[in-house]
Amino acid sequence: MITEPTNHVDLKEMYRQMLRIRRYEERIGDLVETKQVSTPCHLYIGQEAIAVGACAALESRDTVWGGHRSHGHYLAKGGDALSMIAEIMGKAGGCSGARGGSMHLLAKGIGVLGTVPLVAATIPLAVGAGLTAKIRGSGEVAVSFFGDGATEEGHFHESVNLAALYKLPVIFLCENNFYASHMALHERRAADNIVKSAEVHGVPGVRVDGNDVEAVFHASNAAVALARSGGGPTLVEARTYRWRGHVGPDPNYDVGVKRRDELKDWIPKDPIARARRILVERGRNEAELDSIVSDVEAEVNQAIKAASAMPEPGVEGLLDHVYAEEGV
Amino acid sequence: MSLRELSYAQAIREAHAQLLAKDERVVLLGQGLWSPWYAGSSLMDLEKEFGKDRVMDTPVSENATTGMAVGAAITGLRPIVFHPRMDFMLLAVDPIVNQAANWSYLFSGKISAPVVFRATINRGGEQGAQHSQALQAMFAHIPGLKVVMPACPADAKGLMIAAVEDPNPVLYIDDRWLYDIKEPVGESPVATPIGKARIVCSGEDLTIISSSHSAWLCEQAAEKLKKLGVSVEVIDLRSVRPIDENAIVASLRKTGRLLVVDGAWKACGISAEIAAIASESAFESLKAPVRRLTLPDAPAPTSRVLEKAYYFGVDDIVKAALGFHIPRSTTTPIQAQP
Repeated sequence: MITEPTNHVDLKEMYRQMLRIRRYEERIGDLVETKQVSTPCHLYIGQEAIAVGACAALESRDTVWGGHRSHGHYLAKGGDALSMIAEIMGKAGGCSGARGGSMHLLAKGIGVLGTVPLVAATIPLAVGAGLTAKIRGSGEVAVSFFGDGATEEGHFHESVNLAALYKLPVIFLCENNFYASHMALHERRAADNIVKSAEVHGVPGVRVDGNDVEAVFHASNAAVALARSGGGPTLVEARTYRWRGHVGPDPNYDVGVKRRDELKDWIPKDPIARARRILVERGRNEAELDSIVSDVEAEVNQAIKAASAMPEPGVEGLLDHVYAEEGV
Repeated sequence: MSLRELSYAQAIREAHAQLLAKDERVVLLGQGLWSPWYAGSSLMDLEKEFGKDRVMDTPVSENATTGMAVGAAITGLRPIVFHPRMDFMLLAVDPIVNQAANWSYLFSGKISAPVVFRATINRGGEQGAQHSQALQAMFAHIPGLKVVMPACPADAKGLMIAAVEDPNPVLYIDDRWLYDIKEPVGESPVATPIGKARIVCSGEDLTIISSSHSAWLCEQAAEKLKKLGVSVEVIDLRSVRPIDENAIVASLRKTGRLLVVDGAWKACGISAEIAAIASESAFESLKAPVRRLTLPDAPAPTSRVLEKAYYFGVDDIVKAALGFHIPRSTTTPIQAQP
C-alpha cells in the first residue's frame, strides 16, 4: 500500500504498482477467456498511470470512488489483491462476499467504500465523503474516478457545483479514454472540452497526459494539497486510451471508428514502458526492474492459485444482509 | 414522560431539533430548508439554532444532493435529505434505489448507507399532477429500503427518530394535510419501532388497513361507523416496508373482513400488497372478498371540482365499509356510548 509519498514521487514504486495492475488485468482477461470468470470485467489496461499516479498522492484514510472499471483504483489504493481476485471468481472470501463481482469492490479499511457500475453514480457519493470530511474537519480528501462518458450525466455537473459551492475536499478525476462503451468521444460531444467544465463551475481544471504517471501524480498532488487545505475541488482530465474493449479482454477492433489505427498510436505511449524507460534513463539497471517484473508475476500467480482454491458461497446466506444490522 | 400537544409539523421539527442536538453526525440537506414555503413549520428556524453548515438549503440538484447525502452516510454521517415535493424526488431515484438500498447487500453487510430521505406529499390546492403524488409503493418495492409514513404527531416524531437511528436507508414520507393536526406528544426523543403497526381503534366486524393521512380519515370513519352499529378495527401500518403482517393477520382472524384504504393509486399499490397478504396468510378467516378504496388510477387534476372528485374523504370510507353489508351485531350498540 502506498501511504505517505505525498511530497515526493517514487517512480520505481509507481512502476511496480502499474505493472501489478497490468498483470492482474491480463490474467483476469485470460480467466474470462477460459470461462473461469463470468462476471463482466472491464479491464484497466492502458490506463494504469492514472490510478497509480493519483493514489500515490493520497493517504490511507482518504477515499476513492470508482465505477465499472475499478480494479486499478482498488489495487492502487492498497486493496488486497487476493480478496479482489476471489471476488471476481465468485468466492465466499471475496472482498464483497461474492455479491459484488468485478464491478462492486470494497476495501473498507483503506478508503475504497464501494465501486459501482452505474455511470457517474459515485461522483455525488464522493462529494458526500467530502461533506463528511468538511463537517468533521478530518482533513480527508475524496477522489472520484470516472470516465469521459460520465461527464455527459447531469449529476456530474450537479456534483462539481455542489463541491465548488461548499468548498469540499474532492478531486474529480476524469479518465478520458475517448470511449464510452462503443461510442467514441466525438460521437457524443460536439467539442473535446471536458476540462472546461471546471471553469463553468468556478473550480480549477487541469488537463494532464494520463499515460505519464509522474504528471498524473503532480496534478493530483496539487489538487489534494488544495483540497486538504480547505481550497475546494479540482477537476483533472487525464487523457488516455482503453486498450481492450468496453468489457472483457477483446480489443473491440470492430467498435468505434478506427480503433485498430488508434491503438497503433497509443500502444507506443504505454505508461508502463514509458516509466521503465525513464527509470533506466535515471540510472536504474534493467536487472533491478526485471526483478520487479518477476516479483509481480509470482504475486499474481500465487493470488490466482489461492483464489481458485477458495470455496464458493453457501446458498444458505443468499438473503443475508438485505438490511444492515446495527453497528455496521 | 411528559406530554404536551404538538402539531404534526411541530412534532417533525422537534424530532429534527433533538436529533441535531444529541448526535453530531446528523445533518439536514435539501431544498427549501430555510424557507417556510416548502417545509411549513416542520423545519422552522433550525438553521438559526444549529447553523447553516448542518442545516443546508441546497441547489436545485435533487440527484447530486441526494447522492451527496448517501456518500456522507457511507462515510459516517447520519444525513436527512428533504424533498419538499415527493414528485421532485424522482430525479434522485438512482442514489436512493440503485445506491443506498443496495449498499449493504452488495458488500455483504460490511458497510451500509444509513441515510433518511424525507419526502413530503403535498397534494391539493389545485397543484396538479406534479405536486401531488403519493409514490410510496414505488419505493416499498425495493429490497434494502425501509419506507415509513407517520399518520399522527407522536409517530411523526418517533418514526423520524427511528429512521435516523436505523443503520439502513429509510424513506420517511409525511403529508402536508396532516401538518396542523394536534395531539399529545412525549417530550423525550423516543423512537417508534419501524415495522410495527399501530392499532388506532379495536373492533370486531371489519378491519381497515391504512397509513398516513388516510389512516387519520379512517379513524374518523370508524367513529361514524360505530354510530351505525359497525365495529371497526383501524390499523395504521406506520411502515409500508416492512409491513407488519402479524398485525394484519391477527386482526383478520378476529374480524374476517378487510377494507384497505390507501391515498395513492390502486394498480400495483400498497393496497394490492395488503390484499395479497390477506389472501396468502388469512384466507380461511375471510368472510368476504377484500375491498379497496384508493385514488383513481389517474394523475391528480387541478380544478377544485375535479380535485374534490379525485380525493376520497371520511364519508367515502364509511360508504366503502357499508358495502360489506355487515349484519349488525347484537353486541354492537347502534349508538356510540359516550
